Amino acid sequence: MLEESTESEWQSEVKTGTTIIAVEFNGGVVLGSDSRVSAGETVVNRVMNKLSLLHDKIYCALSGSAADAQTIAEMVNYQLDVHSIEIGEDPQVRSAATLVKNISYKYKEELSAHLIVAGWDRRGGGQVFVTLNGLLSRQPFAVGGSGSSYVYGFVDAEYQKGMSKEDCQQFVVNTISLAMSRDGSSGGVAYLVTIDEKGAEEKCILGNELPTFYDQ
Amino acid sequence: MSSIGTGYDLSASTFSPDGRVFQVEYAMKAVENSSTAIGIRCKDGVVFGVEKLVLSKLYEQGSNKRIFNVDRHVGMAVAGLLADARSLSEVAREEASNFRSNYGHNIPLKHLSERVAMYVHAYTLYSAVRPFGCSFILGSYDQDDGPQLYMVDPSGISYGYWGCAIGKAKQAAKTEIEKLQMKDMTCRELVKEVAKIIYIVHDEVKDKAFELELSWVGEVTNGKHELVPKDVREEAEKYAKDSLEEEDDSDEENM
Repeated sequence: MLEESTESEWQSEVKTGTTIIAVEFNGGVVLGSDSRVSAGETVVNRVMNKLSLLHDKIYCALSGSAADAQTIAEMVNYQLDVHSIEIGEDPQVRSAATLVKNISYKYKEELSAHLIVAGWDRRGGGQVFVTLNGLLSRQPFAVGGSGSSYVYGFVDAEYQKGMSKEDCQQFVVNTISLAMSRDGSSGGVAYLVTIDEKGAEEKCILGNELPTFYDQ
Repeated sequence: MSSIGTGYDLSASTFSPDGRVFQVEYAMKAVENSSTAIGIRCKDGVVFGVEKLVLSKLYEQGSNKRIFNVDRHVGMAVAGLLADARSLSEVAREEASNFRSNYGHNIPLKHLSERVAMYVHAYTLYSAVRPFGCSFILGSYDQDDGPQLYMVDPSGISYGYWGCAIGKAKQAAKTEIEKLQMKDMTCRELVKEVAKIIYIVHDEVKDKAFELELSWVGEVTNGKHELVPKDVREEAEKYAKDSLEEEDDSDEENM
């Protein structure tokens, strides 16, 4: 079962084999991610923050190819900066998600990244958008990355409409913790970002502070 | 205030010694030769009224429209050279469409008017082209930002307004508009007042027949810009004609 790999580790693509999640609550959103970046079997970075800023109150969660996802996020960050100055106010979350979608769709054959865009704007409150493969869809919550497959059952069962901010934060932390314990490509620490009218608050939860479940 | 800028007025790329660009001023004169268009913003929407002079009895009714739809939620009323105005309405449509394609939502009216104004301004910089000979009023309604009204003139400036008028009777129309308490009116009330103003400023002696073009966008149309429905228009025109007759009667009493 243990085979020697003939290719060196530098030849495998660097993927953020990942767990990412974003949830809406009344008045904002909570985004969460793990922190493992792998190149094949090697963990290249065990503390990467996959929650990337697009604007003051709009973040995106990165998954898939690390380079593709980071580049898309940087491009959209730039475009939103220009856009918000042109229109003279904070951009809508939908605008950020549309910009991400336009890049993902146009270059879908060349890119392999999935970004979940979430944030707060004054018109729509907290919003979560999914942009997988170039589609655009608003959802009350979304999960992504390799670790998400292990937690679909959990999120579907545990999600309730009308959760408070603290409930959402707990829900996100629990989900990431469970995914990290089952998915080999997810691990490290958990990063959390909570966005509401007042702004964005970033938090890092270390490995030993994460919630434990029956097998831990 | 007409002055001839002999020698300094041949191209838009020349300033006169007293700091004016005459080609742009001449373009604005072209707007003043056209018949009047007004736009008024009220509590829950925007209403446009255009005095469309009918130059020949052979014209089909409703041809040569001067109110355009730029996007679902934006209307544009024009005065000046109609061909220039049509070309600019296409520019505005493209801007609105590209914005929606890039950003996924309706273009804010302030941004649209700034973009089109920038385009109009570009044509005032070079001798190879002439400035656009039209002014236009843009109006929209949005759930969150409410009604908005902007006007763009041939020099490439855009201003936000509660009420504005362009064309030959703009001064008279502005006086009438200032009498209105538009912030407290609804679209249905305002439609009648707009019709009345157009009838008031229309010069029976110099210009004969005219068609009244009325359009609105607001809560009453659910945010969609459209021509006013036939029954509302007829009611508004009746109100306008009746008010004019009343004023005529009151004049006779004074005699």
